[in-house]
Amino acid sequence: MSAATLTAAPEQTPKSGRPKQNREAIFLFLPALLPVLLLSVYPLIRGIALGFTDARAGLNVDTNFIGLGNFGKLLHNGLFWDSFKIGLIWTLSVTILQFVAALGLALLLNTNLRFRGVARTLALIPWAMPPVVVAIMWRLLLHPTNGPVNEILQNLHLTDHPINFLGDFSTALPAVIVVGIWVGMPMTTVTLLAGLQGIDRSLYEAAAVDGAGAWSQFWNITLPQLRTVIVAITSLDMIWNFNSFGLVYVLTAGGPGGKTMLPMLFAYNEAFRYGNFGMAAAMGDVMVVIIIVFLAFYLRNRLRSEA
Amino acid sequence: MRTRPAARAAQYVAVICYLIFLGFPLLWLISSSLKSPREFASITPSILPKHPDLSNYTDALREQGLVHSMWNSLQISVASTVLVLIVSLPVAYALARFRSRLRPITNGWILVSQVFPVILIVIPLFMILRPLHLTNTIPGVVIVYMVWSMPFALWMLQGYVAAVPRELEEAASVDGASRVRTIVSIVMPLLRPGLIATAMFTFISAWNEFFFALVLLQDPQLKTLPLVLARFVGAEGQVQFGPLAAASVLATVPSLVFFAFLQRRLTSGLLSGAVKG
Repeated sequence: MSAATLTAAPEQTPKSGRPKQNREAIFLFLPALLPVLLLSVYPLIRGIALGFTDARAGLNVDTNFIGLGNFGKLLHNGLFWDSFKIGLIWTLSVTILQFVAALGLALLLNTNLRFRGVARTLALIPWAMPPVVVAIMWRLLLHPTNGPVNEILQNLHLTDHPINFLGDFSTALPAVIVVGIWVGMPMTTVTLLAGLQGIDRSLYEAAAVDGAGAWSQFWNITLPQLRTVIVAITSLDMIWNFNSFGLVYVLTAGGPGGKTMLPMLFAYNEAFRYGNFGMAAAMGDVMVVIIIVFLAFYLRNRLRSEA
Repeated sequence: MRTRPAARAAQYVAVICYLIFLGFPLLWLISSSLKSPREFASITPSILPKHPDLSNYTDALREQGLVHSMWNSLQISVASTVLVLIVSLPVAYALARFRSRLRPITNGWILVSQVFPVILIVIPLFMILRPLHLTNTIPGVVIVYMVWSMPFALWMLQGYVAAVPRELEEAASVDGASRVRTIVSIVMPLLRPGLIATAMFTFISAWNEFFFALVLLQDPQLKTLPLVLARFVGAEGQVQFGPLAAASVLATVPSLVFFAFLQRRLTSGLLSGAVKG
């Protein structure tokens, strides 16, 4: 073989190659096709459609198309509105707070090479741990009588009685949000750090020559240069947080008194506790609409960065 | 750059706060797993165990339900990982090498399936698997995990295939090798590190998974490790914290071992995925 044959080979079939490539591709897709169609594509579509039926758990129950009936019921259900409000508070708080903390930290680590390796290793631990274990760990930490957090707060005289963080109406949601930040922040930090390292140093040098201070460099160089990374990571974080289930299910199961009832927990209870498949799917449909908004930001950003 | 001492000190304080916020919970979990019941009962908990011993671990392992659930998790994770790789590799190859019409469709599916609320998927899955007698069975969970972790496996594998120089394959085809032959004897060996990384990632996703298992597995004999751990917490009244912490550490060990290997590769892979897709 020679260099000539290597470079010439792909050019010999420029137009006729396409149908052939399509055929070969289909052949390679075959083993995946049935499981994906049956267990992913069909359930996705069926799930959306179920929201418009009165499907219930149980064998051989006929399901009827009831149009927007489930949505009407949801609108009149106070618990639905509560879970939605809680879901939005949780999603926005976790995403925004973890982003701000992560950005600050990434800027710090970007100047301090020494800690970068440690930060990166630590970052993957919360992300790789089973969510159930993270929840158990935090229940130990926040335990009203045996937990170190209460112990420390009392020793510092910040409180004179143990706080039942996960069991108290006023503290449960903030406590769960802190755990959410603990899980997500390290990964966001590492992502932003990678983005920072990709910024051309000469931009800063030029700005420094022009007399721009640190603050102005941050606003005029760092943030605009990081824009793509920031939009990508925050929109994905929002979607993931909005959809999260296991962590809060084990931390509080939505309690106390529904104060941490995220939309996914609400829908899970509706489906598998009360057997209202149609209603749970309708809840899922509402979630999809919100996710599409988050996704639109992500996709618009991605298209623009590719253009 | 000139950094004033005050700014320098503030930087260190911030980094130390971060390390404490991140590290202290882990330290507490491990330390709890080494404490005796008497130390747990003490009114002033100490950060480090006074007389560390492994009795919580032996207690946890003596708990039949726990060991059995580890075995269930191991079977499910290994089986779904093997299946994911077998099914995904050809697809990843096609995605990386061919400009076919299936490519935008598949990439769209990858994105959608990653961001969809799983409640919508799990109800129809339940309705499909029940008449096939696959709910409440290990094979049922395995095929669900296979399909569920495929998007990410494809995402990773696609990148690894694209990194294999095309010229090597063209040379083989000039020499008369068939496409299948080329894939098996040229591409596969070069992909080994990528396959291992993808396998580890898939294994961990299955090992950690909670939601599908919760819905699909009711039989106590079939429950996976996360389900059994969650049940222990539910029964907090009687539960022994020491063995629970020990079991939690044991459940995390496989993830940590794998991630120690994968760290560098995975971060860069995830980043390029998250940012560039």
